[in-house]
Amino acid sequence: MTNAIEIKGLRKTYRGGFEALKGVDLAVREGDFYALLGPNGAGKSTTIGIISSLVNKTAGEVKVFGFDLDTQINEVKQHIGLVPQEFNFNQFETVLQIVVNQAGYYGVPRDLAKQRAEKYLTQLGLWDKRNDRARTLSGGMKRRLMIARALLHEPKLLILDEPTAGVDIELRRSMWDFLTRINKQGVTIILTTHYLEEAEVLCRHIGIIDKGLIIENTTMKSLLSQLNIETFVLDIAPSDNAPQVTSAATRVIDDHTLEVDVVKSAGLNSVFSELSEQGIKVLSMRNKANRLEELFVTLVDQGRTDKETVKA
Amino acid sequence: MKNPIHFTALKTIWIKECTRFLRIWVQTLVPPAITMTLYFIIFGSLIGSRIGEMGGVSYMEFIVPGLIMMSVITNAYSNVASSFFSAKFQRNLEEMLVAPVSNITIILGYVGGGVARALLVAIIVTLVSGFFVDLAIQSFAMIILTVLLTATLFALGGLLNAMFAKTFDDISIIPTFVLTPLTYLGGVFYSITLLPDFWQAVSQFNPIIYMVNGFRYGFIGVSDIAPATALGVLLIFNIGFFVLAWWLLKRGTGTRT
Repeated sequence: MTNAIEIKGLRKTYRGGFEALKGVDLAVREGDFYALLGPNGAGKSTTIGIISSLVNKTAGEVKVFGFDLDTQINEVKQHIGLVPQEFNFNQFETVLQIVVNQAGYYGVPRDLAKQRAEKYLTQLGLWDKRNDRARTLSGGMKRRLMIARALLHEPKLLILDEPTAGVDIELRRSMWDFLTRINKQGVTIILTTHYLEEAEVLCRHIGIIDKGLIIENTTMKSLLSQLNIETFVLDIAPSDNAPQVTSAATRVIDDHTLEVDVVKSAGLNSVFSELSEQGIKVLSMRNKANRLEELFVTLVDQGRTDKETVKA
Repeated sequence: MKNPIHFTALKTIWIKECTRFLRIWVQTLVPPAITMTLYFIIFGSLIGSRIGEMGGVSYMEFIVPGLIMMSVITNAYSNVASSFFSAKFQRNLEEMLVAPVSNITIILGYVGGGVARALLVAIIVTLVSGFFVDLAIQSFAMIILTVLLTATLFALGGLLNAMFAKTFDDISIIPTFVLTPLTYLGGVFYSITLLPDFWQAVSQFNPIIYMVNGFRYGFIGVSDIAPATALGVLLIFNIGFFVLAWWLLKRGTGTRT
């Protein structure tokens, strides 16, 4: 299968000497839903900026569906739809003008652009707002407008730089459904996000970038399998007996909250049995933190410790 | 521009630019009409009647082409400077930069918008001048060529200014400190033959002299500069500005990181 993106030795040094990318190697398969994660300033937006030709690279090679960014830039651009982090449309234009104009820049004739505008604006719940000026839209609508705008030329690769930042949960989930749908239709998606739950739910592959280097690039499954212990928060009914669990490490937070660290292979059955024997009723249960979040923090910390060790 | 993608993109940018200045017509089309009416009344009718003839025609007839050209210059320049800088400032220029729009298409689209506004303003000012003077036309071709080349040149100038500009102040510095003095000293209100020899020679370095005189020649058939020289100078400046704008866009000066 062709790679949607192939990056080799990508470097970017900004004026002033700041080295944002220090030799990034990355491959994203066609049809994939890929998460590019990293702390602030890790190099995610620079990488995306270079792929979408908004940032000039210092060195390295970028190929999009086999087209070279240096020699076939128009072919590269034609295949990419970009949803940037910040609202970057003309706030004084109407929703319809924004999307139709964007299609025009890609050579889509006006009549066809209007048909596609109706299709995507309807799917994203913005068709009723087509004649409204962009500045009058809510934050969530503006985010959806940027997605619609990026899709009007029907790209094979959609890059989303924190698309759900500041979006409420309900809307975020409807955007997830939409993105999953277009991914199933064959559009490769690269996503950066600070909501790690989002990456875990949506993406099949994941890359973690820190200080300009890719420190992890694997499938979501194999990454999550690295987690041996999960922490659960149990809401328990008030009881005269203090909970005593021997099969797992526990912490009593208050009268009705118990935290349990469970080794994956051991499971929760024994914990429930012990609590049941003591007459303690478990009312509900949830993960203490997002699983990916724990891994992400561990990997980034580990990467930094390794570098410091090498330096020392 | 054979590639249909580039043609559609060019059409899109041009329509977008025209829609922009037409949407804010109170700011873009009305002020030049009012300003030029005041010029016609004060300099043409009130003061002009005391000056008498200049270049073999009434003072009013003499200044009308210059005043039309003044509107063309300021409107072509400010349209592109403010539109391109706003697009940079609001970052919606990125819409074009991520798309397969060539740098030449971007230049032609923005310049085309500036030229459209300048021509529309020129028509409005010419119509207003009809209330004050009967304009004769000596060379229609000269009028069209000079107005087109001048509008294009200053639209390119506005684009270059916007590329380098970092704040809104930066797009008003050149019009205030360079464009306005050059325009007022560019033979709009007087014939340079009235100046002492030294200042006549200095005036030859003011490019606006060539535009105003070329344009005036089209109307009254009188010019301080040979029409061919005026067109030649305009053409050279246009080519120079176009190449510079293309090179700067290619480098990403002021547009890419």
